[in-house]
Amino acid sequence: MQCEQLTDLLAAAGGETQMLDPEGRGHIEGCLRCQAELAQYRKLLKALQTLRTDLLTPAPGLVTDVLLRLEQRGERKAVKSILQGRKAAYVTGIAAASLAAGGAAAIVYSRRKFRVAG
Amino acid sequence: MPDELAQLVAAARGGDRAAFEELVRATSAETYTLAFRLVGNEEDARDVVQETYLRAYKGIGKFRGDAQFSTWLYRITANCAATQLGRRKRHRHEDLADDAPLADTSPDRDPLARAEAESLRERLTEALEDLPPRLRSVIVLRDVYDLPHEAIAAELGISESAAKVRLHRARRRLRERLFPLPGEEAEAHAM
Repeated sequence: MQCEQLTDLLAAAGGETQMLDPEGRGHIEGCLRCQAELAQYRKLLKALQTLRTDLLTPAPGLVTDVLLRLEQRGERKAVKSILQGRKAAYVTGIAAASLAAGGAAAIVYSRRKFRVAG
Repeated sequence: MPDELAQLVAAARGGDRAAFEELVRATSAETYTLAFRLVGNEEDARDVVQETYLRAYKGIGKFRGDAQFSTWLYRITANCAATQLGRRKRHRHEDLADDAPLADTSPDRDPLARAEAESLRERLTEALEDLPPRLRSVIVLRDVYDLPHEAIAAELGISESAAKVRLHRARRRLRERLFPLPGEEAEAHAM
């Protein structure tokens, strides 16, 4: 096995030799270059992990902006729900009025028919 | 997850907006840091943070609690950052990132080791910023924030194998730049 063949595997393994096949591990044992590369991947991954605790400081006002947008969203939602409630009330009212008008018309019509027959 | 955070998450899931606001305060620095590392500039990072919390607020009722809250938030941040990067690619040229101040929260060590670690972190941060966004996103999410390949692929809208290939390329580029082997120095300086 050549060092070039192992380069991609070393990047994939990220310093973990268990991920390599026996042939790869055998090559590393006898190759100083690949041993150095493996050690550097370990160092790189360790350094990357430390970045997680390195918190950046956002410019002032970010949290306030986020909370403001959440509030606006909450208000919009509330207004929408009120409007939806009103819409439902209007529709119910119109439906009830139509039903009542239809009922009245039916009564008037049936009475007329009754008189004509009488 | 610390108890206090878990209680806030439980309350927020039940619709308590004040609890959600507390969650924002408690996690905003971490969310901003991840957003900044993914998009590479403050303006976009702020937009990503805002969008992340809006989506989180909308979806907190669906958060089942089988994953950590921070992991759930990282995934939303990654998704919002991918959208922002796509938008930036369409509408803007690449702008340069300012050097954001780093708050060192690592424990005290001996001055030499500390200085070396600090210098490595600075060079690493710089090298990360110079990576193309598609490579940077994957290595940050996998090697810094420990998200599984599957989650990374899902949030970035790529296949799992593409995520792995990008990760290996990103690791290789960083390794070549930060720790060049004999014969690699010239290439690393040219990067």
